[in-house]
Amino acid sequence: MGMTMTQKILAAHAGLPSVQAGDLIEANLDLVLGNDVTTPVAVNVFKASGFHRVFDPEKITIVLDHYTPCKDIKSAQLCKTAREFAHEYGITHFYDVGQAGIEHALLPEKGLVAPGEIIVGADSHTCTYGAVGAFSTGIGSTDMAAGMVSGKNWFKVPPAIRVELTGSLHGWVSGKDVILHLIGEIGVDGALYKSLEFTGPGVASLSMDDRFTISNMAIEAGGKNGIFPVDDKTLAYLEGRVDRPFMVYTPDPDAEYERTVTIDLDKLESTVSLPHLPSNTRTVREVAGMKVDQAVIGSCTNGRISDLRVAASILKDRKVADGVRCIVIPATQAIYLQCVKEGLTEIFVSAGCAFSTPTCGPCLGGHMGCMCEGERAISTTNRNFVGRMGHVQSEVVLASPAVAAATAVTGAITDPADL
Amino acid sequence: MFSGKVFKYPDNVDTDVIIPARYLNSASAAELALHCMEDIDKDFVSKVQPGDIIVGGWNFGCGSSREHAPMAIQACKVSCVIAASFARIFYRNSINIGMPILECPEAAQKIRSGDTVTVDVDSGVIRDETTGETFQATAFPPFIKKIIEKGGLLPYLKAEQDASEEK
Repeated sequence: MGMTMTQKILAAHAGLPSVQAGDLIEANLDLVLGNDVTTPVAVNVFKASGFHRVFDPEKITIVLDHYTPCKDIKSAQLCKTAREFAHEYGITHFYDVGQAGIEHALLPEKGLVAPGEIIVGADSHTCTYGAVGAFSTGIGSTDMAAGMVSGKNWFKVPPAIRVELTGSLHGWVSGKDVILHLIGEIGVDGALYKSLEFTGPGVASLSMDDRFTISNMAIEAGGKNGIFPVDDKTLAYLEGRVDRPFMVYTPDPDAEYERTVTIDLDKLESTVSLPHLPSNTRTVREVAGMKVDQAVIGSCTNGRISDLRVAASILKDRKVADGVRCIVIPATQAIYLQCVKEGLTEIFVSAGCAFSTPTCGPCLGGHMGCMCEGERAISTTNRNFVGRMGHVQSEVVLASPAVAAATAVTGAITDPADL
Repeated sequence: MFSGKVFKYPDNVDTDVIIPARYLNSASAAELALHCMEDIDKDFVSKVQPGDIIVGGWNFGCGSSREHAPMAIQACKVSCVIAASFARIFYRNSINIGMPILECPEAAQKIRSGDTVTVDVDSGVIRDETTGETFQATAFPPFIKKIIEKGGLLPYLKAEQDASEEK
């Protein structure tokens, strides 16, 4: 029987001629990632278990992004633990405040992820790198410690769902709308333990930033990974970023898929997820007029330069509505600088937005935009669980940068086409 | 073999309610345990007794990869989590820290909050002592059993490494 793209990458890294869904394998890792929340736990178990060396300091990356710049004394302690470990073990790719950014935007930008590689990260949105044709998945801190020690992790080979994209995106509709729509179709556990393999003629119309957004939220459908084929756009993106050799895998013609979900991009509308599950989707038109107190534009899902360009094009010569706080957070230092160079920063500040240094902060109710009881945000982030952005009785509506920016302008959920 | 009183929760219990991110500025299991399940059941921490069992529905532990979630449950001295299904990162995190976790849709549906339940992790047999019903959970593959027996993935790896260095 043939293998899916994911299964081929796993087989190659396990030194096996082939694998099939359900096999328990041990695979070699190309990169192990941790952040300021998950690395300290990994460091604690690493040390408590009596280990004194890492498998390869070049293949470990630690990014301080969640509570940074540190919001309190305890988070400063977490960063210190991660920083000291990085220095002690000579971790090459250690990114602190001032060089860092949100991990899943930063790693592709720095060329740390390439097609055919296996990247594991102690952060659930590690699945983002499927956009470049890598197998990447979220793990916990103990897995991270095990990966740092041995350069290996255990995996159960996943079955796959094929997502066939047809047509092309139009108007304000973006990668975010594609993934929210898909999660609405298959549910928050629709891809549990499975791969999502994106394919079809519609893929070519998606920018790399759209693909990063889509792969990023595979986990919100329960997916183990969400992977795209490697095409000219991928190779153009990698040019100048990745100079090591890499392998491009394609699925076998007789690869087995549990099901195929087809999305016609021509017909897709701007979509949001209402509280409190990403699968609770509606078209923007269905919920237009719902009031918000806050708009957040940023995160590992939608804090890339094209996201901010779209938001700025809507906020240009407009003002954030009275009573609404709009918080814009470029995902990395490079994106921040690009915003300054292109004049986007001036647009945001003139519109009345708060414009911040890179951080995951508000997405997880960490800092930089927590909400109190009864407040509602529209947010380009990835989760709208109970209490995600603060009080248990606050609400998060997930949306694209275009919808979030249009909503910031009117104060109520708005289709950007209606501005 | 474990026995304890059941705390039952619905489908899609996410790691943000198991341990809210506002407490993730700590990596201490004891500190995390003080806020376990706070956003879904604020009385859990005051009521839970050593050995008690959590029963969830489908997709238990979905969301973030934070190992702080099973750490907090383990530090509350919960003996075992039973659910219809688990989100995959929560599942592997629980195994990796040596916390028993059983997948059994029928048990997850029929066991009620407050029932006393006995669990044999080796055989996967779950018995609801209150109703007398017995359920069979999916048994672990041998490799996973070894990790749990060693008390988690790192102790397992250390034992493997020490054994290979002795050779």
